[in-house]
Amino acid sequence: MNDAREPAAPRQPSPKQIGEPLISVRGVTKYFGDFAALTDIDLDIREREVVALIGASGSGKSTLCRCINRLETISDGEITIDGEPLPEEGRELTRLRSDVGMVFQSFNLFPHLKAIDNVSLGPRKVRRLPKAEAEARAVELLERVGLADKAQSLPTALSGGQQQRVAIARALAMEPKALLFDEPTSALDPEVINEVLDVMQELAERGMTMLVVTHEMGFARHVCDRVVYMDQAEIVEQGEPEQFFTAPQTQRARDFLSKILAH
Amino acid sequence: MQIILEYWPLLLTGIGTTIALTLLGYVFALVLGTALAVCRVSPIPPLRAAATVYVEIFRNIPLLSLLILIAFGLPDVGLVLPYFWCGVLGLTLSSAAFVCENIRSGINTVPIGHAEAARSIGLGFFGVLRFVILPQAFRTMVQPLVNVFIGTLIGSSLCAAITVTETTYVTQQLNIRTAEAVFLFLVAGVVYLSLSLLAAWAGRRIEAAVAPGDRRARGGDGPARGAGLRLQGAGQA
Ligand SMILES: Nc1ncnc2c1ncn2[C@@H]1O[C@H](COP(=O)(O)OP(=O)(O)O)[C@@H](O)[C@H]1O
Ligand SMILES: [Mg+2]
Repeated sequence: MNDAREPAAPRQPSPKQIGEPLISVRGVTKYFGDFAALTDIDLDIREREVVALIGASGSGKSTLCRCINRLETISDGEITIDGEPLPEEGRELTRLRSDVGMVFQSFNLFPHLKAIDNVSLGPRKVRRLPKAEAEARAVELLERVGLADKAQSLPTALSGGQQQRVAIARALAMEPKALLFDEPTSALDPEVINEVLDVMQELAERGMTMLVVTHEMGFARHVCDRVVYMDQAEIVEQGEPEQFFTAPQTQRARDFLSKILAH
Repeated sequence: MQIILEYWPLLLTGIGTTIALTLLGYVFALVLGTALAVCRVSPIPPLRAAATVYVEIFRNIPLLSLLILIAFGLPDVGLVLPYFWCGVLGLTLSSAAFVCENIRSGINTVPIGHAEAARSIGLGFFGVLRFVILPQAFRTMVQPLVNVFIGTLIGSSLCAAITVTETTYVTQQLNIRTAEAVFLFLVAGVVYLSLSLLAAWAGRRIEAAVAPGDRRARGGDGPARGAGLRLQGAGQA
């Protein structure tokens, strides 16, 4: 909920080329019992695009992320990843699921494993990489998120910001085509939020395709290519960040922005 | 004392048989109970239902009734087992129900979020269980599983009712010959007590060995609703 944060460096005119749709959500509806958490959602996320998903609590943002990663099944519609429809279940789903990485609000590091093992578990057990190779890759990734010296630490020995950076490295280790972030900084103390946002910004600049649920309006505005605003299970408005934040088209978006930007 | 000196080979046989019944019954119960627990958290509804029915039946039949049913009922359907193996079977069937429940509740202490994170890096149902859930759950399961062991040990005394020559049966036989009930059952009590204490001690050693020292680890979305519930959704429509 702060707009005060300025990105580490002013955003360059993006050299990256936004490509073809990578994640396609078509007419997706999700019911929990009688309650519709998503109604008829259409959303394309293109290669190398960074999309901010914002909206009030309970509007369905997490549900949308979880459906894209098939942690929830959908009631109607279709989701395709790189042209391949997500199957309901089975091995094929397990394989496709690792094409899209997920970073959770509460980190969800495996507490019995050291940082390096958290990161190398997927490559070793899913991709069947040899241990040495998987660990070398894990060390590289931990370096990339600034935690090379924490490879041998258990999650409990890490701060929240460090844990979340390990979680990002863990997701990257599967070499996903896209990453979903579900409020990655909401559980963090204010002073460590930026270390996580910096890592995400670096990923964005290097062309990772990302869907980011966030309340960090500075990040949405300055790092993302597009803002998608959800309310009551629907996408109400979307557009370029500058346009969305300065001249929202819908009353609901205006109300939402006036609430969160009030101070 | 005279009795012990005179009958020690018989007593030793009894103690040996008690240990054999307990170990065999417990090990088979661990295997069966783990399989049942996996069924109970599996994404396949009929497996879940079958495991639940199993647990409710075998947890609620008194072991003595179960042993008698096995020993004297199975021959009626043409299956004749030596009484010793009837005892092992009864102990296994009964203890497996408790093993299953303990493993399942151990699984439920692991936050759902850990299972989801594991699924999101591409692990399947068994991978999630094996690499993420069970290693965490195991520590919380050690004490309850020691209790099941002690239950199996104590339960093995009921095999006396189907004439298996374990400690209690031997004690009864010696009592018939010598009429020293109090002394003999004190001796039997000391045998069971020693074995239980030994098991409890081993349990503490195991628990200390697997302690990662990080039970307070944060993680998991919200309160631990239990990975079991979420695992059920793993492949469900
Ligand atoms: N497993 C569930 N069962 C029932 N209702 C749920 C479940 N998950 C989410 N919901 C409901 O769906 C709505 C959207 O939730 P969510 O996607 O978590 O919202 P957001 O992430 O935008 O805060 C909320 O009203 C929530 O209560
Ligand atoms: Mg949410």
